[in-house]
Amino acid sequence: MLDDPALEARARALSADLRCPICQNENIDESNAQLSRDLRIVLRERLVAGDTDQDAVDYLVRRYGEFILLNPTTQGANLILWLAAPALLFIALLIGWGAIRSRARTTVAPLNADEQKRLDEILKL
Amino acid sequence: MMALAEPAATSQLILIGFSFAVLTRAFVQSDFSLAIVVQNSHTAKPLLYKISGVWGNHEGSMLLWVLILALFGACAGWFGGGLPDRLRARVLSVQGAISVAFLAFILLTSNPFARLAVPPLNGQDLNPLLQDPGLAFHPPFLYLGYVGLSMAFSFAVAALIEGRVDAAWARWVRPWTLAAWVFLTIGIALGSWWAYYELGWGGFWFWDPVENASFMPWLIAAALLHSAIVVEKREALKSWTVLLAILAFGFSLLGTFIVRSGVLTSVHAFASDPERGVFILMILAVFLGGALTLYAARAGSLEAKGVFGVVSRESGLILNNILLAVSAFVVFIGTIWPLVAEMLLDRKLSVGPPFFDAAFTPFMVLLALALPIGSMLAWKRGNLQRLVKQLTPVAVLAVALGLLAYAAQTGRSALGPIGLSLGAWVVGGVALDLINRSGRGGLSARLARALRLPRAEWGKAIAHAGLGVCLFGVAGITAWQEEDIQVLALGETMSLGGYDFTLGDVSRETGPNYATTFAAVIVAKNGHVIDTLKPEKRFYPVAQMPTTEAAIRNGILRDIYVVIGNPQPGGGQVVRVYIKPFANWIWGGAMLMALGGLLSLSDRRLRVGATARRPNKAAVL
Repeated sequence: MLDDPALEARARALSADLRCPICQNENIDESNAQLSRDLRIVLRERLVAGDTDQDAVDYLVRRYGEFILLNPTTQGANLILWLAAPALLFIALLIGWGAIRSRARTTVAPLNADEQKRLDEILKL
Repeated sequence: MMALAEPAATSQLILIGFSFAVLTRAFVQSDFSLAIVVQNSHTAKPLLYKISGVWGNHEGSMLLWVLILALFGACAGWFGGGLPDRLRARVLSVQGAISVAFLAFILLTSNPFARLAVPPLNGQDLNPLLQDPGLAFHPPFLYLGYVGLSMAFSFAVAALIEGRVDAAWARWVRPWTLAAWVFLTIGIALGSWWAYYELGWGGFWFWDPVENASFMPWLIAAALLHSAIVVEKREALKSWTVLLAILAFGFSLLGTFIVRSGVLTSVHAFASDPERGVFILMILAVFLGGALTLYAARAGSLEAKGVFGVVSRESGLILNNILLAVSAFVVFIGTIWPLVAEMLLDRKLSVGPPFFDAAFTPFMVLLALALPIGSMLAWKRGNLQRLVKQLTPVAVLAVALGLLAYAAQTGRSALGPIGLSLGAWVVGGVALDLINRSGRGGLSARLARALRLPRAEWGKAIAHAGLGVCLFGVAGITAWQEEDIQVLALGETMSLGGYDFTLGDVSRETGPNYATTFAAVIVAKNGHVIDTLKPEKRFYPVAQMPTTEAAIRNGILRDIYVVIGNPQPGGGQVVRVYIKPFANWIWGGAMLMALGGLLSLSDRRLRVGATARRPNKAAVL
C-alpha cells in the first residue's frame, strides 16, 4: 500500500483491470496468489517511479502479454469485438423497423357481403 | 407408435432416476470403489455435502442433467394431454433424440460408475469452495432452467416439421419456456448470491465465461417469453419466435460446451476435458445445425396474420426482442472472442468485466427506458401522445430522485443516481399501469378490481418491477460501495462509512472436516454496539485448501461485510471491511422476477387454453 492516497487509488483502479496470469479468472487486485501480490508491488513501484497509468500497464504487458489486460484493446481485429454489437443493433433496428412498417402497411381484406351480413346479424343480438 | 412415446418417456425417467439414486447411495455410504466418490468425497464430510457432492463433479452433474431432461420429457407426456397426438409425439421424439445424444455422451466419455480395482481407504474430499449449501440448490435450479429450454426447442422443431405455428402453439410453448426461465432466474441469482458470500470480497457478478454461459440462454429465453405473447395474441412474429426457441436451447448447449470443455479459463472449470468438449460440440452441431436447416427450409411458410400500427404493443415487444437478443450477442461475442483470437489471430488475450460493463450496460439502460412505454401501449394501435402525458409525472419523479441522490453524494460517479432514476422509472411505470387497469372509482373499488386482474397481469407487473429493483441494486452497489483494509491488533478499531469495527477476539476451532480461525469483530455505530460479526478463515486438510468465510450483516439499505486475512508476522490480523449498499436488492429483484414468472405461470389462461383444444379436436374428428 502506498502512503499517497491519490497514487494508491490509481494503483487500485489499474490492478482491478489486470488479470492474474496464473489464476483461473481473477484480477490481481482480488487474487490471493503470490504472483498477483508481486504484480501489485511492481505496479506500485512503477507508479512511484513516475510512470503514467499507460506506461505502468505497458510495462506489465511487455512481460506477461496482452492476456493480462481484462479490458481488451481496440487495436487490429479487436475492433470487430467492440463494433460487432453496435453494428448488429443497427441492422436489427433496420430489420425490425422494416417488419413493423410492412405490418402497418398491410391492409386487411374488407369483409365480403355475406360476412358483413353475418356480422350485422350478430351485432343486432 | 405414437402411443408408445409416453410410456417410453416415463420409463426413461424411472430408469435414469434409479441410476441417480444408486449414485447418491454410493456417495452417502462413501463407497470408495467408485472413482468419482474417491475424487469428490470423504468420510468426514457432512451428509448434506455428501448428497450435493453427487453433482459437484462432471460425471454426476451430467447424470443430473439427463435426469432433468428425462423429467421434462415425461412431464410433456403426462401434461401434454391437450396437444394434438401428432404434435405431442413429435415433441417427445425430439426430446428423446436429445436424451439419446446426452446418454451416449455419458456412456462413452463420462461414466459416473467407473470403478477402481483397489479402493483407497478414504477419499480426496470435495473442493472446499463447493462445500456450501449453495451447491445443494444452485446447480439443480440452473439445470432445470437449461434443460427446460429443451422443451421450447422440441416444440419449435415439432412445429417446423408440422409446418404450423399458431396461437395454440404459442400457448403450449409459453408455460414451458416460462418455467425454464423462472428456474434459470432462481439458479443464476443463487449462484450470484453464493459467489457474493463465499469468494470473500463480495462480488456478485464476474462476467466469467461460465456465468455468461447461463446468462445468454436467460436473455434469449426472456426474449422468447415476450415474442411468444405476440404469437399467442396477435399471430405475428411467428418465424422469429421459432428461431428464438431454437437459439435459446442452442445457447444452453453452448453453455454446456463452454463449461465442460474447459476451452475458456474460468473459476468454474471443474473436471474439464477437451475430448468431452469435442463430443458436446458434435451434439451442438447436429442439433443446432439440424434445427436451423429445418428452419431455413420451413420458416418461409409460417405466414404472419396480425396487422399492427407502428405505435403499438407489438412494436414495443419487437424492440424488447431486439434489445434482449443483441445484448445476448454482446455476451456471446465477449465470451468467445478470446477463443477466436487465439485460433485465428494467434493472440492470447482476455475479455473481462471492463468490456462487458461498457458494451452490455447500454442495452439494459435502453431496455429499462423503453419498458414502461412499450408495456403500456395498446395492442394493434396505441396512442403515444396520451401515454407520454400519463407517464410524464413518473419520469419527473424518477429524474428528481436521481438528482436528489446526485446532490446527496459527493464526488462520485453518476452511475448510482442514474440507476436510481431508471429503477424508479420502471417501478413507477408498473405502478401507473396497475392504477390504469384498476379502472375508475374510489380506492376500495379500484383495489378490488386490481386484485381481480388476471394473474398474468400481476406476473408481468411484479417481474417488471423486479427488473427495476435489480437494476437499481446493481447500480447502487457498484457506485456506492466502500471498503477498507487494515492490520488490527486485538482491541484496535477501524472506521468505515460511519461504523466502527473493533477486533475483539481471535480463536481457533475445529469443524467436522476443517480447522478454522474465528475473529470476533464488534460493529458499533455512534458508540452503540449493533452486532458482533464472526468472519472465519478455514483450512481443509484433505484438499490442502484454505477458504474465507465472510461475515455479513444483511440490511435493506446496506450490507456490512467483514473478512479476515492471514495473521501478520508482527502480530495482528488483516481485516477487510466493506459497506455494500443495496446489495440485497439485486437478488430481491431477481426473486421478484421469478415470482412474477410463477404468478404468470399459474394464470388460468395457460391451463384452460391448453385443455380447451380437446373438444375442438373431437369435433373435427
